[in-house]
Amino acid sequence: MAQIFAYITHRNGAVDDSAAELAAAAKSIDATAPLIALVTGWGPDLDNACTALCASYAEVWKIANQTLAYPNAEVIRKALLGVLPPGATVLMAHDHFGIDLGPGLSVKLNASYVSDVSGIGGIDGTDLKLVRQEFGGQVSTHVLCDISSGAVLTIRPGAFKGHGEVFFSGTVIDKSAGVGALTTGRRYLQTVVAEAGTVDITKHNVLVSIGRGIQGKENVAIAQELADALGGAVSCSRPVVDAKWLEKSRQVGSSGKTVKPKVYLACGISGSFQHLAGVKGNPFIVAINKNPKAPIFHVADVGIVDDILEFLPELTSKVREMQGVAGK
Amino acid sequence: MLEGMQFAASVTSWLVSGRPLFLLIHILGGASFAYIVARRMVPLLRAEHDPRFDRPVARLGRVLKFWLGQWKHPRYKVAGTLHILIFGGFVLLAARAFTVLIVGVAPNFVMPGLSGKAGLVYEFLTDYAATVVLLCMIFAITRRLVFKPARYAVPARYGKAHTGDAVFLLALIAILMVADSLFEAAKEAGPGQPAELASFLSLPWILKTALASTSVPTLGRLYFSAYLGHEVVFYFLLCYRPFGIQFHVETSLFNIYFAKLGTGTLKPVRWGVNDEHLNEVKSFGVKRFEDFTWKHMLDFYSCADCGRCSDNCPAYAAGRPLSPRFISIKARDYAFQHYPMFGHMGNDKPLIGSIYSADEIWSCTTCGACEAECPLLVEYIDKIVDLRRGMVDDGKVPQSLQKPLQALESRGNPYGKMEKKRAEWANAQPPCGVKTLDKQTSADTLYFVDSITSYDDRLQSIGRATAKILNHVGEDSGILGGAERDSGHEVRRFGEETLFLALRDRNVEAIKGSGVKRIVTADPHAYNALKHDYRDIPPVEHISQVMAGAVKSGKLKFKPLQSTDNVYTYHDPCYLGRHNQIYEDPRSVLDAIPGLTRVEMSRSRDRSFCCGGGGLMLFYEAKEEQRMGVKRVRMAEEAGANVIVTACPFCMVNLEDAIKVAGFEGKMTAIDLAELAAQQIMNDGKNSESAGFAEAQEEVVVGR
Amino acid sequence: MEILVCARRVPDTSENELVLNCAGNDIERDELVYSINEADNYAVEEALQIVARVGGKVTVVTVGGEDDEEILRREMAMGANKGVLIADEACRGSDGRGIATILKAFVCKDKYDLIFTGVQAEDSAAQVGGMLAAMLDYPFASLVNSVEVLEGNRLKISREIEGGNKEISEIDLPCVLSIQTGINEPRYVGMRGIRAVASAPISTYTTAELGLESGAVGAAAAKVKRVDYFVPGFGKSAEMLEGSRKENIEKLLELVIAKGGLK
Repeated sequence: MAQIFAYITHRNGAVDDSAAELAAAAKSIDATAPLIALVTGWGPDLDNACTALCASYAEVWKIANQTLAYPNAEVIRKALLGVLPPGATVLMAHDHFGIDLGPGLSVKLNASYVSDVSGIGGIDGTDLKLVRQEFGGQVSTHVLCDISSGAVLTIRPGAFKGHGEVFFSGTVIDKSAGVGALTTGRRYLQTVVAEAGTVDITKHNVLVSIGRGIQGKENVAIAQELADALGGAVSCSRPVVDAKWLEKSRQVGSSGKTVKPKVYLACGISGSFQHLAGVKGNPFIVAINKNPKAPIFHVADVGIVDDILEFLPELTSKVREMQGVAGK
Repeated sequence: MLEGMQFAASVTSWLVSGRPLFLLIHILGGASFAYIVARRMVPLLRAEHDPRFDRPVARLGRVLKFWLGQWKHPRYKVAGTLHILIFGGFVLLAARAFTVLIVGVAPNFVMPGLSGKAGLVYEFLTDYAATVVLLCMIFAITRRLVFKPARYAVPARYGKAHTGDAVFLLALIAILMVADSLFEAAKEAGPGQPAELASFLSLPWILKTALASTSVPTLGRLYFSAYLGHEVVFYFLLCYRPFGIQFHVETSLFNIYFAKLGTGTLKPVRWGVNDEHLNEVKSFGVKRFEDFTWKHMLDFYSCADCGRCSDNCPAYAAGRPLSPRFISIKARDYAFQHYPMFGHMGNDKPLIGSIYSADEIWSCTTCGACEAECPLLVEYIDKIVDLRRGMVDDGKVPQSLQKPLQALESRGNPYGKMEKKRAEWANAQPPCGVKTLDKQTSADTLYFVDSITSYDDRLQSIGRATAKILNHVGEDSGILGGAERDSGHEVRRFGEETLFLALRDRNVEAIKGSGVKRIVTADPHAYNALKHDYRDIPPVEHISQVMAGAVKSGKLKFKPLQSTDNVYTYHDPCYLGRHNQIYEDPRSVLDAIPGLTRVEMSRSRDRSFCCGGGGLMLFYEAKEEQRMGVKRVRMAEEAGANVIVTACPFCMVNLEDAIKVAGFEGKMTAIDLAELAAQQIMNDGKNSESAGFAEAQEEVVVGR
Repeated sequence: MEILVCARRVPDTSENELVLNCAGNDIERDELVYSINEADNYAVEEALQIVARVGGKVTVVTVGGEDDEEILRREMAMGANKGVLIADEACRGSDGRGIATILKAFVCKDKYDLIFTGVQAEDSAAQVGGMLAAMLDYPFASLVNSVEVLEGNRLKISREIEGGNKEISEIDLPCVLSIQTGINEPRYVGMRGIRAVASAPISTYTTAELGLESGAVGAAAAKVKRVDYFVPGFGKSAEMLEGSRKENIEKLLELVIAKGGLK
């Protein structure tokens, strides 16, 4: 099979978690195919990223250009086109960057495109067997992707577990000369950082996270009381922010914050992929939801089917009772 | 005697010199007033049509009750008494004032019917009337300046206080009374005047006594000045009143005559355009001032700024940006500003975004407390609905309401749940004996369940309880099941008329197709819709009426409560109580349960306090300081009750929520009348647990 | 400014559970209600707001059949000037690339300054916008949550990136943007509005009229094919606590303390 490329993003010299996951995904496609990490950027950050990747990839192609200092998908697409051979399979993480880069790249490469891949079933003739989810994760689908002229795939973060061990002492190959003029119709100006908000949920070990099931702004206090009793903080999923019941800085998810608590209480949260993408570090996940079929119950460690508006206050009382007894 | 006749002759002469002046004032004053009123009429002539000329007898009856009889005034004892006295005084003094005015140009004028003995009696009475009015003015001014009742206060966002203007007008009326009394007194203080029928201690009498030894020329000057003062102040007031809240003096009679005759009904989108022709109407609702009907504009003119509406408005009490009083006052000020006495009239500015905010208009739960309170019968609900129609027409609907509205359109219920699941509650175990009507199954009575009772886990027990009661009293009843659509009651009141008509037409078709002869519902909003918004369907009753009738006839008997520790109070739902005057039936049902102790909250019957609203209001995210429901459960606590009984599923949702938010969990519960009744049904004299109702609410046995 | 919004009619599944049909190759669609994809609706609202500011027209296009006309009418009721339906048996079974090819052929028939798609639809593919842009050689940006029109045929846009941050860029016209939900507050469209446009004309095109060769799109040309729908037996499932609430709370706290979740 032709080469498999994994496009890896990096920040401040640190490589994204997806690097290991993409390697695992590539293995599921074809364990024998040559796997190459593809990195773009500029300066010492790029060099550090390349060095880090050498531990998990046999070959790292580096594309350095000043216009690539900020990862602008439009520019990067042009750069990659100068470097990628025809018929290649290109993997990238399904995130805000992959969504930006993938589709257009597949067209320019004349390759197939499948996004948000959550399972790979190997190659069958000229087809790659894939699994994707639809309808907010309610159903899955089997997909056949014709890879005879290559493919661009975006991989769902967390769907493939990286191995983490140091396998290689890979080599870095500088492909910077292969790119042509890198002008595009989209120019990066600046990044506006989200308001800090009063509470930094990324710093807490215990999070009481609320979803649509909290039903209204006035009920947020119920979650706050539990968080106070547990010494944690209140976080939430996107619908809560859209409804303006909590500010954006409390949102956990792919378009919110990434958190790594020890205990994560998902209260009235259905468990969409976009939300869970923000929960990392394998915490102890407790799910409380009125709907016994909520997808969250497949991800949680412990599940309780109950109405959070009734359950949480009782839980808070019990916690306070226990703390009182312990002489706190 | 001679002195008396001489004096009388000079009295006649005192005003002669002023006659041209008085005549001029008459002409100027009268002409100005006519001009002012004509200008005030202009917007009404440009306004929308409003047919209020039907049923003259009924309307006259209301004029007698509410205008002459001041029926609503005593609801506020102090202000009410004051106003009754002032109004009574004015009515009595009318003929006298008229006489006084004419006398300046026709000295021998006497009001027909008030000559001789009758005239003396009249004078006697009006002496006291003027005195009482003056005392009332003094009291009223003191009340405004010193006691400052809270409902007169003007919140900062609505501008400056109205106290100055109020006191100014009260003072002018006081001056008018003094001038009138002085005029009388000067005439009678002269030598040799007969002292028949002396009105002791009345103001004229006091002044007359004080002037007893005044010289005749001085009396003459006082007489002249009092007359001139009276005429000037009279005409000033006459012409000034149309510039403020005192215009109600002139407009009140008309406002009450033309007032809406029924409750619970809504005006159509446009009078004279029936539903089939609605698509010809270019613009729905009120967007500009001229889109109001002439009667609504008359309402704005008639508002007396008394603040009783806002004082009873639950949205205002909750801190929402709505104050009914200022809906009227702001519109009135708008009318005055854009229809001035001189110059260009009219303006095409949209009202929402200028004098009203969208939130202000969406905040109303249409509970009707304002309309129940207003002594001038000013209407609010139709205006709010019309303003909402205008916003819906322009696509300006809050995001929180768009989803339930889309769901109502596509699935016939605001939750977006499937039609086929609407009757799942009826088929759940244990069976509650409800059949679904279809081609094979029919019944005499339709139990119209409506959306929230059908789909909400908690409220489905009201459905089961209602079904159980209907079975017990021998009603052959059934539900429409998946063929039922939301009644559309709130859809209409939130301004989405087209969607409402679609829902209504579906339901009417299903109802007619079922062949039922009567309809029962446990949902007051559905009840109101079926009764007033729907047409050509069988008569509808609320389950509390059915139960009250069955209690009376002996068909429904209750077993005693297991525990007599609890104190119950009945919360009147807005759409059962105020809008449909069903107050006693639910109470009689409760009183028929042995061992039940019932207390009344201070706000009950037509003064009941809205729970927070039903239908679409449950989806609207209002900006408020405290929930209405929380205020209501606190009222229950104050009344000494620990169980609130209500007869509306929306009240149930709001009150149960409020019990939690207020921190009363474990100390107070809410129960529906049907649930309680079903729990206590006594079967054939045996005190057995009613079979098949395994989900009986746990009897509330909590410590007080 | 001439703005084109590519829209799609999708089933509404937020409140109702999906079930698979008997054959197991699709979801049960009989009792589903359909509406315009949420993100596409936000895109139309954004387009309407832009032309309200700078003038121009909004066209909404969809690829499908007669059933899909209803979303075009809804958007026209909202204010879109024109609705276009590309209906042809030949389009059936197209994959994302096929749809983009069809749309590209349509775009080339006219002149559009700005093309919107929604970020993603119910299949969460999030692909047509990017593909269309590459086929047209227009600049592209996804996950756009703010659009500002600048002088000189440019826009200032904001993209939603991780952490709730916003990536601000400048982009040249003509371009393609995929619009994220929450960018604005769409206006309400009721039955009355839709009835008013019930007989408004909708332009229809076949693939031939767009200059597409037979076999260029549709199932035959599709490189990505969905084989079936299934509900996976998830490997791991939560340990469900099934006692009374009191019992559940006690057990839960036991576990939480064991994991270090209590001070």
